[in-house]
Amino acid sequence: MMDDQKTLSDLYFGHDRVTIIEPQSGWRLLDWRELWAYRDLLYVLTVRDIKVRYKQTMLGFAWAIIQPVMMMVVFSIFFGGLAKMPSDGFPYPIFVYAALLPWTFFANAITNSANSLVGSANLVSKVYFPRLIIPLSSVGSGLVDFAIAAAILLLLMVYYGVSWTLSLLVVPILVAGVVLTALGVGTCLAALNVAYRDFRYVIPFLVQFWMFVTPVVYPASLVPREWQWALFINPMAGVIEGFRSAFLGRPFDVPGMLVSLAIAAMLFAAGVSYFEKVERRFADII
Amino acid sequence: MTNYAIRAEGLSKQYIIRASKQRYYTLREALAKGMTAPFKRLWNVPRGSAAAETIWALKDISFQINRGEVVGIIGHNGAGKSTLLKILSRIVMPSEGRVAVRGRVASLLEVGTGFHPELTGRENVFLNGAILGMTRGEVRQKFDEMVSFADVERFIDTPVKHYSSGMHMRLAFAVAAHLETDILLVDEVLAVGDASFQKKCLAKIENVAGHGRTVLFVSHNMTAMQSLCGRVIHLANGKIEGDGEPQHEINDYLSRATVSQMHNKRKVGDALTLMNMSVSPNPVKSGGDVRFQFDLLAKNPVQLNEAQLVLFALEGPRVGIVDLRPAGFPFTMRTGDSARIEAVLRSIPLVDHQYRVALWVDWGVSASVVDIADLTISPAQTNELYAPYPASARGLVEFKTECSLKQYREYSLIATG
Repeated sequence: MMDDQKTLSDLYFGHDRVTIIEPQSGWRLLDWRELWAYRDLLYVLTVRDIKVRYKQTMLGFAWAIIQPVMMMVVFSIFFGGLAKMPSDGFPYPIFVYAALLPWTFFANAITNSANSLVGSANLVSKVYFPRLIIPLSSVGSGLVDFAIAAAILLLLMVYYGVSWTLSLLVVPILVAGVVLTALGVGTCLAALNVAYRDFRYVIPFLVQFWMFVTPVVYPASLVPREWQWALFINPMAGVIEGFRSAFLGRPFDVPGMLVSLAIAAMLFAAGVSYFEKVERRFADII
Repeated sequence: MTNYAIRAEGLSKQYIIRASKQRYYTLREALAKGMTAPFKRLWNVPRGSAAAETIWALKDISFQINRGEVVGIIGHNGAGKSTLLKILSRIVMPSEGRVAVRGRVASLLEVGTGFHPELTGRENVFLNGAILGMTRGEVRQKFDEMVSFADVERFIDTPVKHYSSGMHMRLAFAVAAHLETDILLVDEVLAVGDASFQKKCLAKIENVAGHGRTVLFVSHNMTAMQSLCGRVIHLANGKIEGDGEPQHEINDYLSRATVSQMHNKRKVGDALTLMNMSVSPNPVKSGGDVRFQFDLLAKNPVQLNEAQLVLFALEGPRVGIVDLRPAGFPFTMRTGDSARIEAVLRSIPLVDHQYRVALWVDWGVSASVVDIADLTISPAQTNELYAPYPASARGLVEFKTECSLKQYREYSLIATG
């Protein structure tokens, strides 16, 4: 037996693999290897989510642009223009767009993720695969929209004469932060939605509330210094301010970002653990 | 010992029957009990508490199936057959006991899992294949074979929402049938679909079994059981009633068939729940009328295209149908809507015997068959001078007949010359 030459695929899908099915209780660690073995499925489901979304809407890819751009226009008129919201010295439109970019991704990711399990009830009740893949694919499909909207931001930067600096290299880390937070919150919501079907009505409210608590339409500097720490407990706060720094070329608020990233990681761990703990009951109640 | 494919020890599955009419928890209830409440309550029945009503869908199931065996599972409705397959497919967790499964498993619990109406047939084949555990390479290799098996070459690049339900099922079955797995679990997918589709399914299953793969097969079709299976496990009320010779187990099952077995509620596909089934009178006299009534509750918006009640003899053959379309199909249901359907079968021309009534519903995307009840037909009243032949000799159909006999004497040939 050439055990050492078995691939991971063999390990999970091989002819001699023994699976023990027995009742489990308590908290369980995430089985990374199993998730990796099922990566094909994750890819296929993500592509499916994207295809279906674009086939169903007339606007298709344009929707990825319209959402943040329209919000930018409306906010610029009312907050930037009429309410004269400060924007750290930058033109308000690009200031708010730099925040809307990650925010739109986050809001859509957690909304889609929360509804993903219930929406895929037919899969959950008929086939076995690590259930985490379902909310993961919702978050993954949002990344495509993000990429398109990010391209628009780069164009806006040219328009407003903001140069592209090395700070842009930090963006992937920030994206990872948003993804972690979105996954943590999204998986938790997805699991809760299976148990409590009226949860879907809570989600839009939750997203709305979260947006106002995050410095999207206003700068973090609006909040008095003594209270800034409270603002940064929200992991999205650090990420949003970080995005602004990365794209607009102003200095990074490193402590704020670090706090937010740490909380993002904790949320991820907590959300995924909760999901794994309750996952095995899904088919019973879905 | 080392040649096992599936080894179950003391498998049990307990469900709590919820007292309230409500299917789902609301947040309000939950905030009082913490967020893991609905997940917990389904499991830990507080010791000594008589409050929660529980049923054991499976109790203490132990068996060993070796590689290459083709095993049939039979039992009355609600005996636990589907639950067992779900546990073996890892969709549902056992409450007690354990089972060891060796190798890759594919389950056909319902045909068309994962098909998305907006995607084309081609895209859905790849999607379905991935969901069932095939890699993209495998799917690509077998693509042409699968498409020709399903007979949908011309439509493979149109969105599946334009397919008939027959095409759906053929395509879905084609994908599942070409999986390279060690163990295949099949749950009555054969009940859906026309006779030629069923024949194809059975032939394919036979083919799969012939290649040395282990097959577990749940069905009511006793003839198929007998021809395909080398061993049959008989489940009743969640326990193993018998395990051995197909002929013996099948006879045992048929002789125990209980009357008036009806379900409480059943899921039909993903959008509908079947409830409040009633069949009256049951038993009904041969030649009499029987009334079927049931409610369908929509969990999601759904358009029902067609429906029929299908009558099977207990051994399996399809006896007749009640076409429900004249009742008002097709019609649309919104979430929360319910529909009450009534049908009357008049002057039943069937012999006294045990029958099974199932509901077949087509809602465009897919179709599903669920058992409604077991129907008993009792002997018709006869004033005949002749004692009627036993039902087993009379077949299934009771004809309305007339007959007469005239006798002619033989004439002498000499008279006519």
